[in-house]
Amino acid sequence: MSFLGSVAAWIADPAHWQGTNGIPIRVFEHVELSALSVVVASAVALPLGLYLGHTGRASFVAINVANVGRAIPSLAMLVFALLLSIQIGLGLGFWPTLFAMVPLAIPPILTNAFVAIRTTDRDIVEAARGMGMRELQVLRAVELPAGLPIVLAGLRTASVNVVATATLGALVAGGGLGRYIVDGLALQEYERLFAGALLVALLAVGIEVGFGALERASRHT
Amino acid sequence: MTPEEPLIRWDWVASHLDEIAMRAGEHIQLTLIAVVVGLLIAFALSLLVLRVPRLEPAATLVTGTLYTIPSLALFALLIPYTGLTLLTAEIGLVGYTLLILMRNIVGGIRAVPEDVRESALGMGYTRSQLLWRVELPLALPVIVAGLRIATITTIGLVTVTALIGQGGAGYLILIGLQRFFSTPLIVGAALSLMLAIAADGALVLVQRALMPWERSLARAASRPGLEPPSI
Repeated sequence: MSFLGSVAAWIADPAHWQGTNGIPIRVFEHVELSALSVVVASAVALPLGLYLGHTGRASFVAINVANVGRAIPSLAMLVFALLLSIQIGLGLGFWPTLFAMVPLAIPPILTNAFVAIRTTDRDIVEAARGMGMRELQVLRAVELPAGLPIVLAGLRTASVNVVATATLGALVAGGGLGRYIVDGLALQEYERLFAGALLVALLAVGIEVGFGALERASRHT
Repeated sequence: MTPEEPLIRWDWVASHLDEIAMRAGEHIQLTLIAVVVGLLIAFALSLLVLRVPRLEPAATLVTGTLYTIPSLALFALLIPYTGLTLLTAEIGLVGYTLLILMRNIVGGIRAVPEDVRESALGMGYTRSQLLWRVELPLALPVIVAGLRIATITTIGLVTVTALIGQGGAGYLILIGLQRFFSTPLIVGAALSLMLAIAADGALVLVQRALMPWERSLARAASRPGLEPPSI
């Protein structure tokens, strides 16, 4: 049997669809952790980015934070998160991975939220103020709808990065699809390795495509 | 990592300077190969896309997909074919540079004003002269900006190649993880960050050396009452 055939057989094997190490559970863990990280990061980065964009404050920081974030290797971030997690008694697995993912997700969301608001036509904003809109109304009714595609692009970048980092979470005894890759590598079981990698790749591409569709839809409204 | 254990043991650092230097060397080598090969491939792809714009969606789809796939997964997809080798690491690393570099090369060259291009052709420049003497020099700031992003991203990704046996700063991080010993963890992470900062600084210097007019323009613009010369 060819290698790809044996990978297909591995994926089709009912034994790999059951239990805590089964594909559905691993996919769920991966998505759960990634979604939670993006939600937490958004809760911090979106209000801050929108506020800074609306007021035009701290533009240098808001724009450059994404570049700094890119320079921090995710593996190093994971390691720092592990140290922190052990220090405060939260152990291995879920928490260190989450601690690593949130700071990595914040920069793209923050920068894009900032840019989205700043690039809204200032004449329209002034016109809205002239019509008697309050600042919050200006943000909600004018700046946010106009900048929505850029905000979504930031969420997309963050989500794709987070799915990648969640894969590394298996190194610190986390769950998720990285388990198959790390274990497959350790056991030299290449079917498991390849199947895990394929699922992670599909998940990441799926998120990219999904957000791309959302962005296009938000442009038409 | 018990509470009594210090976060960083300087005596370990002092006694492992040789190894740290070796890992830094591996890291630089892995990065250099990836960025140079990536630049060559992206350059060729960009020229192709500029000549045949119909191919652009396909080129963007392929490089975009490569860029989206998580690094560990991309290496894992290659391992059954190319093993735990330098080739596996480099195919993955080069793959990640392509989207950023191509976007900046194509964007930079497209941003060259049409009348500049026409006057060059009017002066009798051939297409390749136009490319090398007019378009590329004018696109250089955008291309170098892409090169900086690609280099920093690659340096971060090289840490992951330690998982497939390629050394680099990631190797120190893995030692720390396996032995539950924080010193090599921190040394490895710091090494990778410092290399990223140093590489970015070096590229800024290269940019200044290649584009002295950018600085003289800025200086001229800052001088009151003097219009900056137009290129």
